[in-house]
Amino acid sequence: MLEIQGLNKSFSGKQVLFDINAEFAPGKPNLIIGASGGGKSVLLKCMVGLLKPETGNILYDGRDFVHLDYEQVKVIRQEIGMLFQGTALFDSLTVAENVGFPLKMFSKTSAAEMKDRVNFCLERVQLGGAGDKYPAEISGGMKKRVGIARAIAMDINYLFCDEPNSGLDPITSRVIDELLVDITAEYGITTVIISHDMKSALDIGAKILFLYDGKIRWRGSKDAIHAAGKEIKELGVFINSSQ
Amino acid sequence: MNNIGVGSLPIVAIISIFVGAVTTVQTAFQLVSPLIPVKVIGTIVSDSSLLELAPTITCLVLAGKVGANIASEVGNMRVTEQIDALEVMGINSSGYLGLPKIIAGLIMIPCLIIFANALLISGGILAAQLTGIMPPSEFIQGARDTFTFFTLTVSMTKAIVFALVITSISTYEGYFADGGALEVGEAGTRAVTRSCIFILFFDFVIAKIMLNA
Repeated sequence: MLEIQGLNKSFSGKQVLFDINAEFAPGKPNLIIGASGGGKSVLLKCMVGLLKPETGNILYDGRDFVHLDYEQVKVIRQEIGMLFQGTALFDSLTVAENVGFPLKMFSKTSAAEMKDRVNFCLERVQLGGAGDKYPAEISGGMKKRVGIARAIAMDINYLFCDEPNSGLDPITSRVIDELLVDITAEYGITTVIISHDMKSALDIGAKILFLYDGKIRWRGSKDAIHAAGKEIKELGVFINSSQ
Repeated sequence: MNNIGVGSLPIVAIISIFVGAVTTVQTAFQLVSPLIPVKVIGTIVSDSSLLELAPTITCLVLAGKVGANIASEVGNMRVTEQIDALEVMGINSSGYLGLPKIIAGLIMIPCLIIFANALLISGGILAAQLTGIMPPSEFIQGARDTFTFFTLTVSMTKAIVFALVITSISTYEGYFADGGALEVGEAGTRAVTRSCIFILFFDFVIAKIMLNA
């Protein structure tokens, strides 16, 4: 369980997140949707510790990520996997080395066990034969899947995805969505997905938060979003403009 | 280490040979008095090479080659979120990226300076012989007459300090690059110009401290 309590964040005096409170349960994808510039990525960066909020708490199973010391934060970070918008694969490493990177850095497993785990993760994202390729040699969709494989290489409890469908065609986008749903359910992890893709939200959003101008304007399930869009103007505009 | 060391060998070799040759020809041009023995040219060229030409000119060139390379590599990692990925994994990204480069520089750049020293003097000997200024034996005699290990110590001190300057400034500029391709390019330019300025500044400081009579 991941909880955010009273989170505020500003840059150079300009507040971009206002009193964010949210809970994300494990086992089903949690989506944060909203237009560009609404504060989604800032919220995600606060959640994973790339930005420090001015006030508020981020609780990973009760452990306050914001106020822990470096070593305690490091422990939580090893439970976190993240899929970046641009995938952030290491250019100088092969696909297999990218997936094995967190294992090499943090696990004490033998080289053979590590290789097995890397192969397992690559098979899990249907990239069994791509281990020897470099990121520059594979497609955007494959890069996203390698990013997912790297994220799950360690036994993670939390998966964060920043615009997992950006730059992908509808079919590949669907494949990535399904993969994220399957992995979330299979490992019982808490998955938080940032997206402005309404189709994706309607397909996989078990729980959806609508962020507008740094504030949560609506929260609910995908089934209730169209009804809510008729009542909340900004949400209605977002739904209509992104469909 | 391969990038910094082996990758820089050709450019260091070319520059060292030519600078050694030019220094010999120009020194011979200035020493026209029949009262000064010709082997003094060897003394001047070898001492100049060890004290100034090899460490400073080589490191100014390396600031351009290695410094820009490091800054653009690290800067590219910054703008493509690879550094963020390291941080999310719980890895100290500045240490993980910076330390190996600094250590590689501290090992390889002094080796390149030793190589440059040898080639500068060889270039001088070659130029002296090809232009008929003096035979190699006389050049070598002149170089050996005044050689002390202290000159080599000054050369190596400069090499170590300049290596630290090039690698740390370049990593810093790349690490704090922000934006896109344009900013990565600007970080590379800043890395080179700042490295060059600091190399010249520390060149003066080391000379003042170690050679001040």
